Amino acid sequence: MTPITIKSRPVYPGLSPDLNARINLIVCDKGGAAAVSELFARAEPPFAKRSTVFVADTLSTSEMETLKKELAPAACEFLPTLSSGIGRLREVLNDAPMGLRLYAAGTEPLIGSVVQAAADYGIDHLSIRTEHRGSLMRRVQCVHCKGFIENVTTNPVTCTHCGLTLFVRDHYSRRLAAFQGVCIDAEIPGDVPPTEAIYQ
Amino acid sequence: MSGSLLRRVRVAEVEQVAARIKRFRFVDIDNAPLSEFSGGSHISVVMHSGDRMMRNPYSLMGSPTDTSSYQISVLHCGKDSRGGSQFMHENVAVGTELEISEPLNLFPPAKLAKKHVLLAGGIGITPFMSMMNDLDSLRSDFELHYGVRSLEEGAYCKYLQSRYGSRVNIYRQDQGQMIPLQTILGEQRLGSHMYVCGPKPMIDWALQTAELLGWPDENVHYEQFSAPPSGTPFIVKLAKTGREIMVKGHQSILEALEENGVDAPFLCRGGACGQCETGVIACDGYIEHNDHFLSEAERVSGKKIMICMSRIQTGSITLDL
Amino acid sequence: MALIFKDETFRDDFTYTNSPATIRRFPFPFIEDQYRYSVNIEPHTPGPKGSVLEFPFDIDEHYVSEMRDRAMVLQDDPGRCQALPHMMTAQWDMLELVMVALARDYPDHFTLHRDGAHWHWINKPLKIDQKFVFGEVNSLPYEPMEYIGRQVQGDFSIQDQRDNQLWMDAGIITSQADWSLDFDVGMNFFEWHAPVPLAHEAGVFERALKFLLNLQIGKPVRRLNWTMTINPRLDTSPENYPKWGTDRTTVTPENVGKKVHLRVEMQGLFRLPRSNAILFSIRGYLMSLEQIVTVPKWGRRLPRVLKSLPQELVDYKGLSRYRQTAIDWLEKYDDGAPTTPGNGPD
Ligand code: HEM
Ligand code: FES
Repeated sequence: MTPITIKSRPVYPGLSPDLNARINLIVCDKGGAAAVSELFARAEPPFAKRSTVFVADTLSTSEMETLKKELAPAACEFLPTLSSGIGRLREVLNDAPMGLRLYAAGTEPLIGSVVQAAADYGIDHLSIRTEHRGSLMRRVQCVHCKGFIENVTTNPVTCTHCGLTLFVRDHYSRRLAAFQGVCIDAEIPGDVPPTEAIYQ
Repeated sequence: MSGSLLRRVRVAEVEQVAARIKRFRFVDIDNAPLSEFSGGSHISVVMHSGDRMMRNPYSLMGSPTDTSSYQISVLHCGKDSRGGSQFMHENVAVGTELEISEPLNLFPPAKLAKKHVLLAGGIGITPFMSMMNDLDSLRSDFELHYGVRSLEEGAYCKYLQSRYGSRVNIYRQDQGQMIPLQTILGEQRLGSHMYVCGPKPMIDWALQTAELLGWPDENVHYEQFSAPPSGTPFIVKLAKTGREIMVKGHQSILEALEENGVDAPFLCRGGACGQCETGVIACDGYIEHNDHFLSEAERVSGKKIMICMSRIQTGSITLDL
Repeated sequence: MALIFKDETFRDDFTYTNSPATIRRFPFPFIEDQYRYSVNIEPHTPGPKGSVLEFPFDIDEHYVSEMRDRAMVLQDDPGRCQALPHMMTAQWDMLELVMVALARDYPDHFTLHRDGAHWHWINKPLKIDQKFVFGEVNSLPYEPMEYIGRQVQGDFSIQDQRDNQLWMDAGIITSQADWSLDFDVGMNFFEWHAPVPLAHEAGVFERALKFLLNLQIGKPVRRLNWTMTINPRLDTSPENYPKWGTDRTTVTPENVGKKVHLRVEMQGLFRLPRSNAILFSIRGYLMSLEQIVTVPKWGRRLPRVLKSLPQELVDYKGLSRYRQTAIDWLEKYDDGAPTTPGNGPD
């Protein structure tokens, strides 16, 4: 579990099955897939039968085969990147009925992107069941140039758009699916602490 | 001061709109404009009957942008021992002066919903009257399912059908019609929200049906205006002043306090707003929590009580007042 | 009485200053010699004539220049004004509340004629004469919140109420104490307050939220908040932090009285009738230490308060680099005499 720091930081309580849902839609990455198979093990086959899993990650053919077996009888779809996974999710949500329950498992950028996209379809973030797995990397928005920096593993981090050195805060925006990055040496330019790889 | 600002109004119109339901229209005593309000709001009406004071919440029904008058509907519940609705039916006529609170909204439509599914039972139609007005003017997608005993007992059936057409569905119990809730809830698009207002069994049924069909809790809303349930008399002790006050069988703790000149906070008087939350210091009886506010954990702890609705079966309770 | 508006700047050459009458009406925020976070909410009822509390929306000598600074900020960064689509009813609610109040309270400067939905608004100081149809967005040059927000002092945010929470779903924020509207839009009460230290643990926000959820139409409330700013700069946003951050290192014992400003926010909370949203007004007042010490009671009290602050608060408010310099300078004005309770001058 990710540590609880400040109140805007989401908590990911872990996946639990909604046994009443008529459709379970699960988005995960490679790390999150392990949480999904544990979920299926806890919930018995009828639950998995009503489930579709989108695995949004770069996988080898053999990895796909293994996952397919592991997650059966759920239907599995493989999408090569997070953004193609979110695109597919939007397609499905666009004409989905009530009774669909959404789940997300994997890194924070994955969970955040799912929650962000779902909001456009009227899904409340609290009704999405989430579990963090894998890397602690973050998606960061530079508060100065508003650019997004993907897969951030260090603090501070250099903005890939405007070049400022940013302190990565724990303040998190669900709407932007990003943490806030603020210039670390605004008061004394050049006074930058050593870079630490704390979001590995 | 507790509660909200009170405003004096005069009854400008009374109409029998159904077998046991009257509609009242209020205007400000000086014809000053009233506040606009949002769909789903209610007001409290203060009534004086002899030396008894009653305050009942009623949903506002008219157009939220009409500031010349407010309208409410009151069901005459014969078995209501508390007498608020009986007083409105029997003692209030055109010209009667009353006091009302400013509007308060504890049942607002979810502004981010893609569609609104409204379920009303009997007098539970009232909060939806203003809500539909709002939704209609915002061009939001909605449908109403309204269960009535019979056309004679159901208020505003004709009006609703002529104004909202096929978005209104009426089910008559006397003809054996039931709200086909399974089908209705089973066919809604993602992002729909359900709202239910009516008798408690109907609310329970709707909430349970929604859950079994996989509707998330976040998409389900209800409003229940229940009068504080009656019970047996008991004693309230006030820790700060040492006073002891008897709560009669037909009274709430809040009403008993007010009758004895103790000023306690309140707003909705229906167990929903949380304003009257009071600390419990000691209690030698069993607390009947009749509110919709406290969490299960708070109830179990026995440290809090909503004094507008809840009571104890016998014995005495010491409050942090 | 007609106000006389100053022509001054809040950037570059910083010509902003308070006239003697404005000093006397400054809402000094400390009612005792120490400061802690609390649920400091009180009814927003009219205060004494001439005070900043006389009217719900206070207009003073800085009005015209502040509005000019706001226009510059919005020109550079339109993201300082944002409203989510479901907030349109609330935007109109805000426009009505502000226009009606200004026209009623400052008839020499503002007039409003209403004929049904046909409104005619005249703002003399800003030379605006606008006829529009209430409820029709296209009849105004901006959306309603931005339109009126460009004509009233103070920042504003509008909170939608859903699921027993308040959601910051709209705002026009150009003179904030280091928080970003663009980042916080769409957050709930606990989330946008997340960076504040100590107060969550003390239960301050939980109690404040419960109170606000039941805020009544026609019964607004208010509270005071404060921080310190170097130079009379309005735009201390995180967006522009690289532009103003260095100011914090420029404070010396010689210039501290002129450079360091106490920045007080008089915050009002209004229930909006049609939308059931809550309008939050953040009316800022800036005064240099030099001007503060012209009131002996304030000169005594301020150094004592600054010494009493918990370290977490010093860091959060960004005072660390210059707090001691300010205390050292202010202490010359503290003769050790006891101060009277309350915040007004003796
Ligand atoms: C609904 C209206 C309100 C809005 C929109 C609002 C907004 C904000 C924002 C944006 C901040 C800055 C947070 C940051 O550092 O990023 C803040 C700070 C704060 N707020 Fe609020 N607030 C509201 C109501 C209240 C109320 C009712 C209280 C009462 C207890 C309160 C207490 C505080 C405190 C203590 C701080 C820290 C300020 C400082 O030390 O400088 N707020 N607020
Ligand atoms: S007064 Fe609202 S819960 Fe008791």
